[in-house]
Amino acid sequence: MVSKFGLANAPSSSNCTIYLGRLTMEVNYENGLNLKATELRLGLPGSDEPEGQTTPRPNKRTSSEISSSGLTDDGNDDHQASAPPAKAQVVGWPPIRSYRKNCIQAKKNEVEGGTGRYVKVSVDGAAYLRKIDLHVYGSYPELLEALEKMFKLTIGAYSEREGYNGSEYAPTYEDKDGDWMLVGDVPWEMFISSCKRLRIMKGSEARGLGCV
Amino acid sequence: MSEDDERQQSPPSDLDFVSNKARNCNATGSGSGHPEFQSAYPDQVLENVLENVLHFLTSKRDRNAASLVCKSWYRVEALTRSELFIGNCYAVSPARATARFTRVRALQLKGKPRFADFNLMPPDWGAHFNPWALAMAKAYPWLEKVHLKRMTVTDDDLATLALLLLGFKELVLVCCDGFGTSGLAIFVNECRQLKVLDLIDSEVSDDETDWISCFPEGESHLESLIFDCVECHINFEALERLVANSPSLKKLRLNRYVSIGQLYRLMIRAPQLTHLGTGSFSPSEIAGQGDQEPDYVNAFAACKSLVCLSGFREIIPDYLPAIYPVCANLTSLNFSYANITAEQLKPIISKCHKLQVFWVLDSICDEGLQAVAATCKELRELRVFPVDPREDGDGPVSEVGLQAISEGCRKLQSILYFCQRMTNAAVIAMSKNCPDLVVFRLCIMGRHRADPVTGEPMDDGFGAIVMNCKKLTRLAVSGLLTDKAFDYIGQHGKLVRTLSVAFAGDSDMGLKYVLEGCPQLQKLEIRDSPFGDAALRSGLHHYYNMRFLWMSSCRLTPSGCQEIARAMPRLVVEVIRSADEEEMDDAVEILYMYRSLEGPRTDLPKFVTIL
Repeated sequence: MVSKFGLANAPSSSNCTIYLGRLTMEVNYENGLNLKATELRLGLPGSDEPEGQTTPRPNKRTSSEISSSGLTDDGNDDHQASAPPAKAQVVGWPPIRSYRKNCIQAKKNEVEGGTGRYVKVSVDGAAYLRKIDLHVYGSYPELLEALEKMFKLTIGAYSEREGYNGSEYAPTYEDKDGDWMLVGDVPWEMFISSCKRLRIMKGSEARGLGCV
Repeated sequence: MSEDDERQQSPPSDLDFVSNKARNCNATGSGSGHPEFQSAYPDQVLENVLENVLHFLTSKRDRNAASLVCKSWYRVEALTRSELFIGNCYAVSPARATARFTRVRALQLKGKPRFADFNLMPPDWGAHFNPWALAMAKAYPWLEKVHLKRMTVTDDDLATLALLLLGFKELVLVCCDGFGTSGLAIFVNECRQLKVLDLIDSEVSDDETDWISCFPEGESHLESLIFDCVECHINFEALERLVANSPSLKKLRLNRYVSIGQLYRLMIRAPQLTHLGTGSFSPSEIAGQGDQEPDYVNAFAACKSLVCLSGFREIIPDYLPAIYPVCANLTSLNFSYANITAEQLKPIISKCHKLQVFWVLDSICDEGLQAVAATCKELRELRVFPVDPREDGDGPVSEVGLQAISEGCRKLQSILYFCQRMTNAAVIAMSKNCPDLVVFRLCIMGRHRADPVTGEPMDDGFGAIVMNCKKLTRLAVSGLLTDKAFDYIGQHGKLVRTLSVAFAGDSDMGLKYVLEGCPQLQKLEIRDSPFGDAALRSGLHHYYNMRFLWMSSCRLTPSGCQEIARAMPRLVVEVIRSADEEEMDDAVEILYMYRSLEGPRTDLPKFVTIL
């Protein structure tokens, strides 16, 4: 890709963005080429605008500084790894409220299926809850094994007719309608999209499910 | 004097007849032997007449003007003002407000400046509703309505409102935070006369309390229930019962945890709705084969009064045809959370001939906007939000869409348009085609981006807007802008009250043009622009007329701001640091200044210094 001003960009790994009127070049030094030394700029001689910064500032770094946490503040950092490394974003720009950003981002996640889907997990009798990312698991056996390890209990084998046999625990989940369902009845993908939280039931309540 | 004191304790009365009042006063006067009553009789009649007349005055600007006529008018206006609007909660204290206005029934308060919405303000800056809640509860036990914007409201505040204000009817919280579902639970449980509970764009923490079940059993007076921003599950059965028990319910906006199946059940119970937020608009689970899907089309068809539709938070486009029956009557449609294509939009929008307000995502592309322009001849307000809110993201809408809208929607009054590219030509076209524009907010998401066709700055485009749109009061600029753009604004933007500037201008002259040229300017918010102390000085003649000035990441120094603070004692000059910054040094990170009768506020966080 050759820029408008005829400068050949460094091959493959460089990220270059050209803006008319205020030439800012981001240069990737990965290939060992230091284009910065030979770059043509439209800025005033002597003014050195470090990459990503906006207006030259007296002494301090800007507060509208590069935000490395990216767009959303929902705490899921892993999704940044899957997205292509974009130009660093400035805080509060463009001016969209975080609620709106999060909603659209959440939708994108659901569509792509690529990022965190954290749900709370409670176990009857346990002092506190845990949270797991459903997207980490590819199937019911994987999920159940992980739960067994996390809470140090045995869940037993699933059968369509009898639910979970072989232990005093039964894994259940709350779906989008607010109903409590037995884990394992619906296809895995449907489960992931409708599961809001998990509860591992214990004792007679759990056994009761097996008789239904 | 004494008469006023009496009035202070009594609830607001209906219109009294002039003669009655006069007779009473005479009696009191003669009874207590106050000679001044006898001689003040003609003035008293005048005041009573005035009081009756002023009851009809509702516009706050008119009331402010009336209160300046003379002391008598000031007094009477204060007694008859039932709706109190305070645009900056720090401009006046609760004590002062309650002392002057004694018969307030409705309170509207605004707190943080708008740029706080975009994380430019550190959290816990202020705008606490608490002191107001306590003051209101004491001074106005008959208070019926509270409307807050960008304030921090705690669960305790909600409890205060509910428990101490009998007969409280209406709570509207816009862009607020600080409370949770447990606060809501107490509130709805105690407010037996509640008519309106609108939670809009507010942050509600999930305390795992089932607040919907806390509405009292039996028939409710509810007319409006808006909770689309509440990000937690709700008890659907309780909601269904509530809707069934609310015959006056006209506005219902559900959150995304309500499935389309549940929406159906609510709609058939409330066909009288005028405003509906559909919730997720997708099924809770993929409908299995052979499952009977409810007749959604019929449910919408039954809502003959529906004029405003929103929601579609997790839309499955297959269900869109369900809304066909209501399209012809819709005046407001909000698709801004629905990631739909032009093809999916067209069959809907082609039926929406009466549409006046349309919010949408740019996923519909220029083609979708062309479809809007072709049908929606009555459009007054358009907002186009980005699916991909990044600077270098894809840009599905451009100057093409804006041009089409300007040609098709001649009655346009308000536009908010996010895009990645825009030409001066299209903006100029809009300025000529849409002379009724009152609000023009264009956000070219790439900073400092010039006209891609001519390579020029965007000065001429915005210049045309201020020149040709004679009614313009609100303007937001973007793209590559030189001082020339601000020269235009100063010369022609004589009615501009709100101006938003980001990454624009070359020098102090830019800000000077605006401060010297725009006499109606009330709210000025600027970020990342090269304006310094000299520019700030040029507004000294005007700052008392403004609600606030916000400047962040500009070129201000503490001494420059100090100068302003010294010159203007009634101005509160706040210098705000990002929470993790070190103490004062040579540059001012954020300047936020506003007129106030109270002087420096007492609830300052550590990162704010008042000069």
